Amino acid sequence: MILGLEFPPLSHIVDWPVFLFEDTAFGINKVVLIYFAAAILTMLIFVLGNQRKLVPTGAQNLAESSVNFIEEGIVMQSMGPRGLKWAPMLTALFFFIFFCNIFEIIPAVQMPATARIALPMFLAIFVWFVFNIAGMIEHGPIGYLKHSLIPPGVPAGLLPIIVPIEFVSNFLVRPFSLMVRLFANLLAGHILLVTFAVLTAALWTTKWYAVFLPLPLFAVIFFTAFEILVSFLQAYVFTLLAAVYIDSATSHEH
Amino acid sequence: MILAEITDTGLAALTYGIGALGPGIGIGYLVGQAVQAMARQPEAAGMVRTTMFLGIAFVEALALIGFVVFFLGQA
Repeated sequence: MILGLEFPPLSHIVDWPVFLFEDTAFGINKVVLIYFAAAILTMLIFVLGNQRKLVPTGAQNLAESSVNFIEEGIVMQSMGPRGLKWAPMLTALFFFIFFCNIFEIIPAVQMPATARIALPMFLAIFVWFVFNIAGMIEHGPIGYLKHSLIPPGVPAGLLPIIVPIEFVSNFLVRPFSLMVRLFANLLAGHILLVTFAVLTAALWTTKWYAVFLPLPLFAVIFFTAFEILVSFLQAYVFTLLAAVYIDSATSHEH
Repeated sequence: MILAEITDTGLAALTYGIGALGPGIGIGYLVGQAVQAMARQPEAAGMVRTTMFLGIAFVEALALIGFVVFFLGQA
């Protein structure tokens, strides 16, 4: 049995033609438009959340409860009260990633901007600079290196082994895993949705095997709901890990 | 009748499947233990949940690296 199913090459489902400013470094395609939309929505959250009405309504309500979620659910759980000054940055990070992700399931857009490696890479490098610079301001450059490379209570004989391991895990693996986690999760979700949508379209025939059509159709609906959860969860995990990295770079426990 | 043909794509997919085994077991165990901890001490649920997501993020990274390598193998 041949379904006549032709899955598009992977580059076709994430590549979008540049339609403005072609052949320059500032070419604009669908993904760039999604960046702008997400940035504008993030700014709206801040502007509308700043109205300071006593009884919040509408957007202010949403903004206040989400800022509360960032402060209580991310900052207080990972950094404690001294991390509250980082709450505005983490809020912006969370919402920007969330909006970039959620365009995956919004009809007529249906492209997660984070499924292109550029945005996760930029965000991971940004977080890398933030936690390193914050640590250097807190401890001084030399003190920061000591703080992050030498765990407390390690015997001196083990240092030649421990220091390279700590260096790789703190300075190389951290941004890499941040980047890959966000990118791969959203790319996988996008491919999953495309697969079942293509399968549904291929079964839209008068042949007998059209009776299988409800299966991929329900899968599309189920995975769309699942991707809402993934979009939220990945934004949450990225923000949480950024908070944890900043905390471990600036902590004074040892 | 050919049941399965070993191609580069098939091999890459199979390798990713094997690579996903470990993180699958890991996440299952991790979340199970976290649920147990939350059930025993509901007042610590917030802290346990945060730590659980952190752990999931680290374990999941292994499977996701496999996923990316799968695509690198295609290119």
